[in-house]
Amino acid sequence: MALLEVQDIHSYYGHIHALRGVSLTVEKGEVVTLIGSNGAGKTTTLRSIHGVLTPREGRIVFDGEEIQNVPPHDMIERGIAQSPEGRKIFSRMTVLENLEMGAYHRNDGVGIQQDMDRVFDLFPRLRERTKQEAGTMSGGEQQMLAIGRALMSRPKLLLLDEPSMGLAPVLVERIFQVIREINEQGTTILLVEQNANVALEIASRGYVLETGRVVNAAPAALLRQDPKVREAYLGEV
Amino acid sequence: MSMVEAKQGGLLDSVRSSSWQSRIAVAVVAVLVVVLLFQAAQDPAQFVSQLLVGITNGAIIALIALGYTLVYGIVELINFAHGDNFMLGSFVGLTVLSGTFLGLGFFAPIGGDSGAALQIVGVVFALVAAMAICGLINVGIERIAYKPLRNAPRLAVLITAIGMSFILQNIGLVWKGASQIPFPSLIPDGNALGAFTDALVYRWKDLFIILVTIPLLLALSYFVQRTKQGKAMRAVAQDKEAAAMMGINVDRTIAVTFLLGGILAGAAGVMFGLFNGTTVFNVGFRQGLFAFTAAVLGGIGNLTGAVVGGILIGVIGAMSDQYVGVRWTEIMIFTVLILVLVFRPQGLLGDRSSVQGGGGERT
Repeated sequence: MALLEVQDIHSYYGHIHALRGVSLTVEKGEVVTLIGSNGAGKTTTLRSIHGVLTPREGRIVFDGEEIQNVPPHDMIERGIAQSPEGRKIFSRMTVLENLEMGAYHRNDGVGIQQDMDRVFDLFPRLRERTKQEAGTMSGGEQQMLAIGRALMSRPKLLLLDEPSMGLAPVLVERIFQVIREINEQGTTILLVEQNANVALEIASRGYVLETGRVVNAAPAALLRQDPKVREAYLGEV
Repeated sequence: MSMVEAKQGGLLDSVRSSSWQSRIAVAVVAVLVVVLLFQAAQDPAQFVSQLLVGITNGAIIALIALGYTLVYGIVELINFAHGDNFMLGSFVGLTVLSGTFLGLGFFAPIGGDSGAALQIVGVVFALVAAMAICGLINVGIERIAYKPLRNAPRLAVLITAIGMSFILQNIGLVWKGASQIPFPSLIPDGNALGAFTDALVYRWKDLFIILVTIPLLLALSYFVQRTKQGKAMRAVAQDKEAAAMMGINVDRTIAVTFLLGGILAGAAGVMFGLFNGTTVFNVGFRQGLFAFTAAVLGGIGNLTGAVVGGILIGVIGAMSDQYVGVRWTEIMIFTVLILVLVFRPQGLLGDRSSVQGGGGERT
């Protein structure tokens, strides 16, 4: 059975019908990516899965249980964590406090320390900056912190929303290396990316979203060769 | 002298890059400082005594101001009912000390002629009862009047807040009537420094206020900075959606914030009553307005700012009472407020994000 199964969800912002029947599955251990242009509904899909937005129709099954009506603050307990769009780090808290917030629901001090060491191993830059106020760091460091914070809950499923946004190409490469590493250590990843090139490189499968619908679903290798995808999302004519 | 330093420190930054208006403002402040220093030199003992009075008054204002600023920090709402909750706190303290409730006598009234031990127990019990009840009232207000409107336009919540203020005020009116009610004098009025000097006056009452305020401030600071719930509060204040993603129950955290604010208001209510020897149903309006002013002056949303603003207003008030005239006091206080805000709209210690309501952070 799939770890995450999204079945035909419809989500709204007020009167705006943002998701018009999105279905997707994520198997345990996979990296799955959602690609699509601005406003296609990628972030909305993640928000709906995470409970920040409650879909009006459809079902979301995670780890064998329906979660479409679970409030966001209970998701972390169930094993879903997110590095959200715009990073949303706590900018007036220190790096250390941000990471502590990621483990907010846990009480196992030893385990938390292990996970913190793991985050520091993945992102050595954060170790040097534990006492720094998070808002004063560079964009790349903030992105590392957002991912690190999400990892602090030891999630079964990690939702990543635009981790490459606003970063220099070198940094994008570095971040995606780490994402691959995180996946190899056993975390399932659902990745939303505008930068379809890098996303399709590390994902096993991909979904293409257009105006709130899935218009294409295929293994990443096939999507990379699809002429339509190449034209629309890979910047080739 | 804290007021002078803080004011200049706040203004100087702006002055460097500034226009003739700001220079005039600084000149005015400088003149006032010189006048004050002159007075201080003439009669240092009186000046210091007055400074201490100001700090004491300021401490009570600061405790109320913290309630405004805590709540604003987390939900960006001015809880106008807060001052009236403070008033109810003084009434609760009064009721506890009178030994009666709902017409039932539970024990003899605790007053100035009760034994010392009983007086201490009475004061502690009155403080604890008022803190607990005001805390719960504040949570109730949030639940009834603010929570259902969390996603409504700001104006709607503003009106329910004002409405709540009037409701509480009139509950006070129905409960204790319209006239000033005397508080039993449990804290001696004498000079605490009487054993050492007669020139300097620092009453036991003043000492009492400071001795209650400091532990409360330390406890609050520890709670917000060090405890898990306190960190959750700061996280919710910065970004509600991200906080929820961390597993923080945002609604519960907001309720805890209101609880904290109410607890401080309750303590301040009893302290105010014991200090001034009297309370009345509409005392919350004036004190609340001063406290709100203090919160804005210090930078709303900033806890240290609320304390600095409260003490500053207390000291300005005391100085004005002594050297300018009681009728000028409110003019002086609000002139300072306007001056500070013209040059630092975010308040002395506030940052811009909180004054702009953190619009980008809201979802």
